[in-house]
Amino acid sequence: MTAFFVLLARNRLALLGGIVLACVVFLALITPILPLADPDVTNTSNRFQPVFLDGALLGTDHLGRDLLSRVMWGTRLSLAVGFAAAIAAATIGAAIGIIAGYYGGRTDNIIMRGVDMLMAFPYILLALAIVAALGPGLFNALIAVAAVNVPFFARNIRGITVGIANKEFVDAARLAGMSNSRIILSEILPNVIPVIVIAMSTTIGWMILETAGLSFLGLGSQPPQADLGSMLGEARSALITNPHTSIVPGIMILIIVMSINLLGDGVRDALDPRLKSGALSRPMAATRVDRAETPPAASGVGLLEVKALETQFHVKNRIYRAVGGVDLHVEKGECLGIIGESGSGKSVTALSIMGLVASPPGVITGGAAYYDGEDLIGAPYRRLRDMRGRNVSYIFQDPLATLHPLYRVGDQLIEAIRAHRPIGKAEGRAKAIELLKAVRIPNAEKRINDYPHEMSGGMRQRVGIAMALANDPDIIIADEPTTALDVTVQAQVLTILDELRRSRGLAIVFITHDFGVVAQLCDRVAVMYAGRIVEEGATTDILDAPRHPYTARLMACVPELGGGKRRLEAIPGLPPVVDKLPEGCAFAERCDRVQPDCRSGGIALVRKDGRGVRCVHPVDTREAAE
Amino acid sequence: MTDALKITDLSKTFPVGRSLFGNPTGTVKAVHPLTLTVLQGETLGIVGESGCGKSTLARMLVGLLEPSTGHIEIEGAALDNADPAEFGKRIQYVFQDPISSLNPRKTIRQIMEAPLKLLHNMPAAERSRRISEIFASVNLREEFLDRYPHEFSGGQAQRIGIARALAAKARILILDEPVSALDVSVQAQVLNLLADLRREFDLTYLFISHDLAVVEAVSDRIAVLYFGSVVEVGPAEEVFAAPKHPYTKLLADSAPVVGRPLTAPEAEGTELPDPLNPPSGCAFAARCPNATDKCRSETPRLAPLGKGTTVACFHPILD
Repeated sequence: MTAFFVLLARNRLALLGGIVLACVVFLALITPILPLADPDVTNTSNRFQPVFLDGALLGTDHLGRDLLSRVMWGTRLSLAVGFAAAIAAATIGAAIGIIAGYYGGRTDNIIMRGVDMLMAFPYILLALAIVAALGPGLFNALIAVAAVNVPFFARNIRGITVGIANKEFVDAARLAGMSNSRIILSEILPNVIPVIVIAMSTTIGWMILETAGLSFLGLGSQPPQADLGSMLGEARSALITNPHTSIVPGIMILIIVMSINLLGDGVRDALDPRLKSGALSRPMAATRVDRAETPPAASGVGLLEVKALETQFHVKNRIYRAVGGVDLHVEKGECLGIIGESGSGKSVTALSIMGLVASPPGVITGGAAYYDGEDLIGAPYRRLRDMRGRNVSYIFQDPLATLHPLYRVGDQLIEAIRAHRPIGKAEGRAKAIELLKAVRIPNAEKRINDYPHEMSGGMRQRVGIAMALANDPDIIIADEPTTALDVTVQAQVLTILDELRRSRGLAIVFITHDFGVVAQLCDRVAVMYAGRIVEEGATTDILDAPRHPYTARLMACVPELGGGKRRLEAIPGLPPVVDKLPEGCAFAERCDRVQPDCRSGGIALVRKDGRGVRCVHPVDTREAAE
Repeated sequence: MTDALKITDLSKTFPVGRSLFGNPTGTVKAVHPLTLTVLQGETLGIVGESGCGKSTLARMLVGLLEPSTGHIEIEGAALDNADPAEFGKRIQYVFQDPISSLNPRKTIRQIMEAPLKLLHNMPAAERSRRISEIFASVNLREEFLDRYPHEFSGGQAQRIGIARALAAKARILILDEPVSALDVSVQAQVLNLLADLRREFDLTYLFISHDLAVVEAVSDRIAVLYFGSVVEVGPAEEVFAAPKHPYTKLLADSAPVVGRPLTAPEAEGTELPDPLNPPSGCAFAARCPNATDKCRSETPRLAPLGKGTTVACFHPILD
């Protein structure tokens, strides 16, 4: 809750709106005890007094009534009616929306078609019709305004409810024996309340305006009772001769609605889960680079060489060291595997190379990534953009999320080519077909016109690969490209990647958590734990005889096909959180070989004969082979 | 051993598409009539790729989805009314995504109390005693009870999910991909916990997964699902070691295994059958190297082949 207010207060306009609104509400609340003239006492001899007059600070109206007093009482009334209408509309609308969204099917259909019909009428016409049927009066105006706004809430809440009703925790509640009404009250409602609050905060100003509109037309508050709309309506005839009678209530409406809308926008932003995490703005085009030291020079090995790379996430006052000094290199035609569990920093390492880590909160705080001798970290955005896709391209885990759902896959491929060089329509199409054939999509001439949803997961991922190949890059960084795929499809996609690197001399950085995949595809492998490489070397060497205890134990955790029913090895505990890394070895807490010297000082990655291990007491080669 | 769970000709057909007046324009058979028995105390593994109907089957078994045809019998008593509250006391479900199966706005205690209160009408004192017991058996600290789901890691949240399933005192658990959202080091912790619980409380498991190696490691028997039908059932140590159905063989050959060179086990460009327009005969015929005309016209039925193995194929692989 405090976090919500801090976030809200950070938005200056919302804060301003909140303060103004609080003042207005406060004044409206204390109006009865303020020393004001009676708002309804007429004094025709004093009509149309100008402002700043003794006894009538804001002048008087056409019947000589004190305008200040009328405005204060009118504000009180308008606010009360607006809030009441908003609460009524939100309650009824949310109830309708939740019922329609939860039960679905026919119930949903009937309710929502009714709501659609209400929405088909212009709101003021509908409100007029309701007031005409019920008769003029402030309470009837309230009913009309509430009724007109019910569909807005119903539609909003229904959409949210449909999403929540299909969540697994609702199924779990059913299995726990909960009845439908209980599920609605205890499972669904608490999760839609934030949305109701957001919808209310953004519509309440609108409802005050609508009430004022009805009163302006003489259908709301009846004379002599003042509300802001009826004051405007009565002043209309004197608009030219005595403008202040219109301006005073007009300014009050402006102040109320402006402050409510500013505050409402702030509330909406503060309740947005994406903003809660501290990312208050959109990410920059390239990751922010803030290197304290000059990066180490290139040593000239490999086509891509990452040196002492450090990437951090700065969230509020915490610093998460996602990548804490990673050295990597990959040669032409080579496949380097990076293996690790979630949170080990493998994806962040890969994304840092081309400045694709979202900033804020990501910051590259050290190291370099040399592509052919050129440091990509800190390269100007223009240069990075020029190289993204052309020199280094990426394949991501979820092809459905990386392809645009509204464009045909062929057009997306052509666009990827166009980003780097001008290409004609026919040539682009021919090249796109060629790319689809390269990833062995059958019937490429026809499938080029497919939309992403018309393809299976395996086909989509092939399009993802084709797109990565579109500009003949030298390096492909594949971030868990087969994790979302079925095994039979995975085997096909892996074969395609393997053939491509052999036929085109591509360098592949392959990120995965699967030892089986690494064994089949990668020449060398780096094992990451808590943001650092703990072991690296040729794949066969590491898989045959892992030397770091983490590698050894992780491999033992993975069941291998063909072993029959058995008990699996587990690593007790959890990886450390990277904002509170322990001193010494990050794995010490979970390691069964831990010695006192593991918990102090920095432990270096010791390299020897193409093999690197970051461990004080590594597993003996002989021991490991057994 | 007695049958813990017996399903007969269970199937599910979903309406798809909608015409102007809301009538469905077609149907999709997610699960074809399916007959299976699970013995008391056994772990039956169910493997299959996405879209093979394994989750639909699981949801029917706990009453979250009404079957189109067929019967479900739990410990000898029929349950056909698709009422989760009725099912909940005898069969429970552990969800794939541990975090999203816990209501983010409730404390763990509130989540754990629901089945005790609603399914077993337990008084408050007894509830809290029972929750302590269950938490001890899934190795969770009691201080977790007053926290909210987002404060837990995936592995912890999955243990809470298992604890909730145990709280209902069901003797059969449907485990729907219980470890696929977890990291390997944590995955093993949860799998071993499940094995211990099974022994301790004499539970019966239906373990659904797409990870062949995991299924093999935890199951007594394995059923392979393809396109809504069981194509092979057999002892866990034999199903992938000596597959009889060509599809089982394809699965086994596709799984990445350390030490096996990378080869695509299947010709390029094969596509799964279209559920809206299912092929006649064996659904696997279009991808099968041994397919004959008979396979394309007749549907093979499950038939025993060797000890404890049944297979639905006209030309099973015999070594």
